[in-house]
Parts: sequence; structure tokens; C-alpha cells
Amino acid sequence: MRHSTLVRVTHWLTAGSFIALTVSGVAILLAHPRLYWGETGAVGTPSLIDLPLPFLLTGQSGWGRYLHFLSAWIAVLTGIAYVLGGMRTRHFKQDLLRPARPAKYNIVQRVTYIAVVFVLFPMMIWTGLAMSPAVTSVLPILVTSVGGQQSARTIHFIVAGLLVLFVVGHVAMVALAGFRRQVAAMIVGGEASVPQVQT
Amino acid sequence: MSRLITRRKVITTALTALGGASGLAVAARLADWYGLIPPDYAGLYGAGETLTYASHRLFTARGSLAREFTPDQISKVAPVNGPPPRAFDYQQLVRRGFTNWRLDIDGLVARPSSFSLADLHGFPVSRQITHQACEEGWSFIAEWIGVPLSYVLNLVGASPQARYVVFYAYDDDWESIDMADASHPQTLLAYGMNGSELPPPHGAPLRLRLPRQLGYKSIKYLAQISVVDSLKDIGDGTGSSAPGYGYSWYAGI
Repeated sequence: MRHSTLVRVTHWLTAGSFIALTVSGVAILLAHPRLYWGETGAVGTPSLIDLPLPFLLTGQSGWGRYLHFLSAWIAVLTGIAYVLGGMRTRHFKQDLLRPARPAKYNIVQRVTYIAVVFVLFPMMIWTGLAMSPAVTSVLPILVTSVGGQQSARTIHFIVAGLLVLFVVGHVAMVALAGFRRQVAAMIVGGEASVPQVQT
Repeated sequence: MSRLITRRKVITTALTALGGASGLAVAARLADWYGLIPPDYAGLYGAGETLTYASHRLFTARGSLAREFTPDQISKVAPVNGPPPRAFDYQQLVRRGFTNWRLDIDGLVARPSSFSLADLHGFPVSRQITHQACEEGWSFIAEWIGVPLSYVLNLVGASPQARYVVFYAYDDDWESIDMADASHPQTLLAYGMNGSELPPPHGAPLRLRLPRQLGYKSIKYLAQISVVDSLKDIGDGTGSSAPGYGYSWYAGI
């Protein structure tokens, strides 16, 4: 199978923005590495999770926020292009939802990819916007539906963790399947997912 | 496919580039005209900032209201970042209970004015119970009492040419907001909090309250307000002291 140009371009844009979102997300988190539930939370109120990390107030949340929102825009616009492209080529339907036999991907792969694209990424956007006082002034349901601004922050952190786990698993499987060949296929569009001939 | 560079190709490419560039220039002019470009639009992160600010301005164009809460939701803990200014002139004001404090308003206004705290207390009172989140991640809910900024701007006769309202504080901080926020009904000049006078650590005697943006935008210890049509010649031109510290001018997210 040959990866289409759209898949290759959106893959690397997503990869780059995901790294930037993770790095900047950690920079923001370190300003207050404590998570709460409900509307409010601060030092002096009960927390849900106290991460074993230092409170770092060296201004890194400033560039962290600038970089986070820039890369969020790239990730979201890329994601829209990817989903529209996948619907146009019937990739989601034919390869993931109702795959032909023999299926290209096994059941674990299919469930994981559907969850990442249609559950986890949308949850990141939703909980991210739920922390914005300007966005929730128009759509308060974004934040009331998750029980408050601090709940949104906590869910945003947990789902980010799940996405990082997914990326670790994804890279591990690429390595098992032949790292150079798979990565080359995602860059130049050569043959991928073809078992290598044992010699 | 031919690799020849033909005259037609050169002309087509040049015209496309010219069209694209002038299209972008027109788009930038229009975006600026409609107030969709933040003052910290330049630099590495400028594109992201501009997209965020422009989309928020379009999205909230109908004057959406920040969420308000009930009195039982008011937080028992309301932390602050750092103590009030140690500067002598501010400490003098504290010692005299802010009786000698004045708020000066100048710039593009018909009647430059100077108000005492008693003057402000005499204006229509507005109360709100709103959420205040610090960009660091923590937050609290409090009741804020004050006068809508729009009332004061009407009183001094802010010019239709006004595009920003600039705030100067006793801790040498300065901030600015656009007219969409300045005329918003929830934008307060707050002198009270949770049923009492505003405590010094929360910005006494007067602070801005801007509930559709994060906490650092609600500047404390106000001394002076200036109505302007451009931020270019104020400070480094990025709209507030925040970008100098690496924080965005717009803090709606």
C-alpha cells in the first residue's frame, strides 16, 4: 500500500505539532503541577492529583502558552484536512469500520486508531477550549458538561497522557515492522506494510 | 513533463505570486480594520496569536457573557501572585486608606478627568460572581463589585476614534484592552470583593476585572487610564508589559 500525499503531509504535520504540544504542555503544567476536580482549585484547596514535579515559575509557561496555541492551530487544521481526506477516500469506512477481508489492520489496531482520531483528539480540543473563559462565554456547555474548568484541565492532562502512550506504542510497532522502511514509506510514499523477505 | 522554463511559466508564476502577496496584504489590512490583529502579532508565535485573537473576536462578536456563579460557589481560598507594591507612594496611599488616591483618565476623551474612590462609589454599582483563572493553572471564584468601565468611558466622553484603553498601575505594570472588551458589560473597575473593600493583595484600591480573559489581564493597583487609537508608541508597542515577560497580550484562552 502506498501512502497518499495527503496522508504523508498530515502525518508529519501532526507529528511535529504533537511534539510541540507535548513539550509546551509540560512547560505550562510545571507552573502548577497539581490537578483538581470541579470549577476551582489552588494551593490551599484539596487536589485530585499531586504530581511529583517541582513548581517551576521561571516564565516557561509564557513561551509554553504561545507555542501550545500555535501548534494547536496546526494540529487542528491538519486534523480537519486528514479527516476530510479520509472520508473522501473512504479510508475510515473501508479500512477501519467495515474492513474488507483479509483486513489490512487487526482489530486492536482498528479500535486504537478510531479511538485516537475520533475520541481522544476531539476530547483534547473540547477540554482545551473548556478552559478558555472567552470560548465558554459563548458555549458554556463545553465546561459545564465536564463539571468545571479544573475538571477540564484534569481531563486534558489524562487524555494527553493516553495520547503519549499511543505514540510510544505506535513508534514501537513501526520499529518492529522495520523502522527505516516504514518511515521512508511515510516520507516519500514507497511501499509500506509489506512483509520483508527473509534471507 | 517538460522541465523547460518557458516565458509563459515565468509570467504565470510571477502573476500568481503577485496576486497572492497583494491578496495577503489586502486581507491583513481588512483584518486590522476590523480589529482582528493583536499588538503582539509579530515574531515566531505571531501567527498562532493572530489566529486565536481573530477567531475569538469573531466568535464572541455578539458580546457573549462570561459564566456567572451563585454566592455558595464563592471560593474560600483566593490566592494572589506576590505582595502589593512596596513603593513609597503606594504604601502612603495604603496608610491613608486611599483617601488621597485619584484615578486619572486622559487621552482621546472629551473631558479628561480625575476621580477619587468616593467618586467611583457614587457611580452605578455592578456586581458579578465570576471565575478567575491564573495562566499557571489555579483558579478561584469571587464576587467583584465596581463600576462598569463603559460607564466611566461614556462619562469622560471617549472618542469614536478610540481603539484601545490603556491602564497604568502602581507596580509599574501596564495593560491594554480593545474596545470590544472595554465596552463589554462585565468589564469592571472593581473596588470591592466578596462584600468588602478590595484588599491590597487583590489590587486595592481599584483593579480591572475582565472575566472573559485569564487573571493576569485583570491589572491591579490602578493609577491611570488612557484612551488611545494606537498602541504602537506605548512601551515596546506590544500592548502591555506581559509580552515583555513572554506572555501573550490576549489571554482569552
